[in-house]
Amino acid sequence: MKNEAIKDLLFKMADDALIIGHRNSEWTGIGPMLEEDLAFSSMAQDKIGHAQALYNILHDTFGEADANTLAFKREEKNFKCCQFVEQPIGEYDFSIVRQFLFDHAELIRYDMLSQSSFLQLAQLAKKVKGEIKYHVMHADTFVKQLGKGTEESKARMQSSLNYTWHFALGIFEKSELENDLIFENIFDGEEELKNRWLEKVTSIIEASGLKVPATDESKIVYGGRKGFHSEYLKPLLDEMCEVVRSDEVTAEW
Amino acid sequence: MSSLDPRVNRLDFKKLADGNTHTNSHLITWEVFHQEKRGKQVVHVGIVHASTPEMALILAKEQYARRGKTTNLWVAKTSDVYTFNTEDEDIFETTPEKTFRDPAFYKVRDRIEKFQNKNKVAL
Repeated sequence: MKNEAIKDLLFKMADDALIIGHRNSEWTGIGPMLEEDLAFSSMAQDKIGHAQALYNILHDTFGEADANTLAFKREEKNFKCCQFVEQPIGEYDFSIVRQFLFDHAELIRYDMLSQSSFLQLAQLAKKVKGEIKYHVMHADTFVKQLGKGTEESKARMQSSLNYTWHFALGIFEKSELENDLIFENIFDGEEELKNRWLEKVTSIIEASGLKVPATDESKIVYGGRKGFHSEYLKPLLDEMCEVVRSDEVTAEW
Repeated sequence: MSSLDPRVNRLDFKKLADGNTHTNSHLITWEVFHQEKRGKQVVHVGIVHASTPEMALILAKEQYARRGKTTNLWVAKTSDVYTFNTEDEDIFETTPEKTFRDPAFYKVRDRIEKFQNKNKVAL
């Protein structure tokens, strides 16, 4: 049971990282300015790296297939990512707000995992801490800048926050296996993570002159952790896996 | 239009053809200085466009500290850098001839190095 619970956690973290990494890389070449294009692309690469590291743990410790197979040859229903990361990149305000809400959760999740009794995750958490800290600094700087910028930038940020809020809360969808993780001191659970996240993003949203959207429990977008995805994941997987599928035997990375 | 490169397909060519693009000319530039190790001198590496020092630092990080070791970055407004006028370049003209200002000019340098090597000390 314990192993199933760890695998479930690893898959959802890895799939979140892979899919948000792929989504954010869609800005490559069309970012709002050269410097930001490069920074956002570079952070997208970091996310793919995190996904790879997590798939490697699944492979090395739990005998799952290798990272490339897990990333490129699984069916949509076997992906455990939240629906938040699947959503199209939209306009830049959406992508920045998504980075802000998603990466604050990542930073706290890895911070919690740095104390995990599951050593592979604790070690990985220490390794990626600096990268995610930068992703959060990047998002915070943009949110503050645009939240306090012009009337238009403020309005766009607020409307993106309102739009993304219930998607973001879907990050914390609980698993039935979670109690095993909490009991074994592997991970303190989604509820604890959500509370810490809420406190943190609230303080930054307010300091940026924006309003924290009201939460309506019935509107939270769940399902991703159980393999139920939005209409946007399938086309993303088709594009991401196109090369592998076209050259099944010899594709090398 | 469809391309094998998905990035190309994402470009809105109609929007581009209509000239509906924006530039970053409303942003000022910042000079970026890179420090490899704590205590080492910072070295000028280039510029970034940004509206505030915080944004300049955030953007400079991936432009100039993405590869290799870095301990810190500095940014300063380009407009805060004072320079000579280009037409005054002649004030430096005779400098290369003044080899007596180069420590290597002195013959004694050879003897110092010999002493250093022999005694394994740094002077």
